[in-house]
Amino acid sequence: MKTNPFSLHVNLDSFMPASAKDKEYMVTHRESSTFFKDGMRRLFKNKVATVSLIIIIVITLASVFIPMFWPYSYDAQLGVRPGKPVDPSFNNLAPFEYGKTELTRIENGETVFPHIFGTDSAGRDYFIRIVYGTRISLAVGFFASIIVLVIGMTVGSIAGYLGGKVDLFIMRIVDVIYSLPDTLMCILLASILRVTLQDKLEGTVLAKIGSNIISLFIVFALLYWVSMARLIRGQILSLKEQEYVLAARASGAGASWIIRKHLIPNSISVVIISTALQIPNAIFTESYLSFLGLGVNAPMPSLGSLASDALNGISSYAYRLIIPAVVISLIVLSLNLLGDGLRDAFDPKLNT
Amino acid sequence: MNSKTLVYILKRLGLALMTVWVVITITFFAMRAVPGGPFLSEKAVSPQVMAALEAKYGLDKPLFEQYITYLKDIVTKFDFGPSLKQRGRMVSDIISDGMRTSMKLGLIAAGIALVSGLVLGAVAAIRRNTILDKVIMVITTAFVSMPSFIMGSLLLVAFSVKLGWFPANGAEPGGLVLPIITLALYPMAYITRLTRSSMLDVLGQDYIRTARAKGVSPLNIVFGHALKNAILPVITYFGPMLAYIVTGSLVVEQIFAVPGIGRAFVRSINGRDYPLIMGTTIVLASLIVVMNLVSDILYKVVDPRITLE
Repeated sequence: MKTNPFSLHVNLDSFMPASAKDKEYMVTHRESSTFFKDGMRRLFKNKVATVSLIIIIVITLASVFIPMFWPYSYDAQLGVRPGKPVDPSFNNLAPFEYGKTELTRIENGETVFPHIFGTDSAGRDYFIRIVYGTRISLAVGFFASIIVLVIGMTVGSIAGYLGGKVDLFIMRIVDVIYSLPDTLMCILLASILRVTLQDKLEGTVLAKIGSNIISLFIVFALLYWVSMARLIRGQILSLKEQEYVLAARASGAGASWIIRKHLIPNSISVVIISTALQIPNAIFTESYLSFLGLGVNAPMPSLGSLASDALNGISSYAYRLIIPAVVISLIVLSLNLLGDGLRDAFDPKLNT
Repeated sequence: MNSKTLVYILKRLGLALMTVWVVITITFFAMRAVPGGPFLSEKAVSPQVMAALEAKYGLDKPLFEQYITYLKDIVTKFDFGPSLKQRGRMVSDIISDGMRTSMKLGLIAAGIALVSGLVLGAVAAIRRNTILDKVIMVITTAFVSMPSFIMGSLLLVAFSVKLGWFPANGAEPGGLVLPIITLALYPMAYITRLTRSSMLDVLGQDYIRTARAKGVSPLNIVFGHALKNAILPVITYFGPMLAYIVTGSLVVEQIFAVPGIGRAFVRSINGRDYPLIMGTTIVLASLIVVMNLVSDILYKVVDPRITLE
């Protein structure tokens, strides 16, 4: 059928049902990749990031599960037996040495679990203290980052959405807190809060966690949310103006659709990455404060307080300093490298 | 300098003043919130003595009046009141005494970090993707992820306990060498990485090719053309570097027993010497705020391409 190209007659062939051959084109041969899958694939291509991820997983699992079956506990002084004088032979054992009573038990044919890293000056098994300290440090880093994320996200999105005077007011506060010297303020607030909180916590559930860790969290909640708030506000401000948001709105998309399909997927990666990079930062700060004696409450160990305690006997027991030092550096290094890898893999603006 | 720059400087100056005021206010009210007040840890004193002490230090007056007096004394006389634990000494004297040692420590460390960081960064950029570049990058990555107290303790173990090259006490001659190295390593590593990436950026620019084409010697290209432009991002790091050195010196002076302001600060916290805690916090915080201000302004003034909003 010959048609004039300018005719308004429709070509009826275009409206025929699709043949089997036509349908073949529509078959998806490969499963379509999601944003998350794409990112994970890119992440695992990055060897440095993969190794860091494995190291972090191994350290985390070890710190969670080893205390469950380890025969010694982090605060048990092995030389102290009820009703008997303290046995000093358990103090300051070198790695794989045994205390007096343990030696007699070995002579009697019993097997005694070795002290892999020896014991500390109070006769506590040092290996389990390191494991426990790692657990505390990781937990502090993780929860502090969550606190920062929640507060920063709330304040940042309020400032970004409402704009105007509210935005101006919030951002001036953010500016001032941002320019405060954070570590000094941390030390100051931590040194006051732990004294102030001590009496208030007495007898509550929180007393078990200890006033020092709680004050650490409060300090983080007060000071470190500002960069997260800035980031999220900036994201919201720039995303609101994007053409695809306008296009979606023009084609009739509702607010919830735009938030679910456009705003969250486009900002979530930036948020996750900066949360991930916040964790080593928090671990750093916690160990720093612990080193100054403002960290966790004794006898609970953290990697920083273990390093600090080790400084007293440094000339004879240098390994007691080196072990926590290596663990902290390893955790911070792997978390930083993983964060960099996550940024490379998940930040769509960098994939050019 | 145009009016836009001036407005920017005034704005930043206002923010800096505001920050210092916030620091003073937080410090003051935080210290007053401590239960029992500053004399709690004192050995059992009779109520009369307590009242006399409080009257002497002005603690019996209303809180707001104390605050105004405190603020006025700092601004007009640089007076933070007397120390509670070191009898007969003023906080400002303790601070200026400690400052002398700490300044020496910090400035030398900053100088070393700056020079060696720039050189290492430039070398890594020029020899990029060689073994040398990779070695520099691996070492600096390790330094960047090591907290200063770990670095300091490890250096102490290695060079003064095991090898005995340097004294472990910072007050002895030669005792400042290890603390200076400890403080310099992190900023050095950071500056190296910063210089390397900005240098790589600059070396790819057209004007470098032009310089090479017209026969400028390689040495002149690196120092005269490339490094001069690559140095700009490093200026922004001045403020954070000082902040790092100040906070780092708190632990480093503790580890090496250096009689500086950092050790005085840590001691004042452990001994609950409240006027001293407040004084050192305010002085150190102001120092960091001022340094941040200077490096921000310097950056905008030095590079005319930066646009000011």
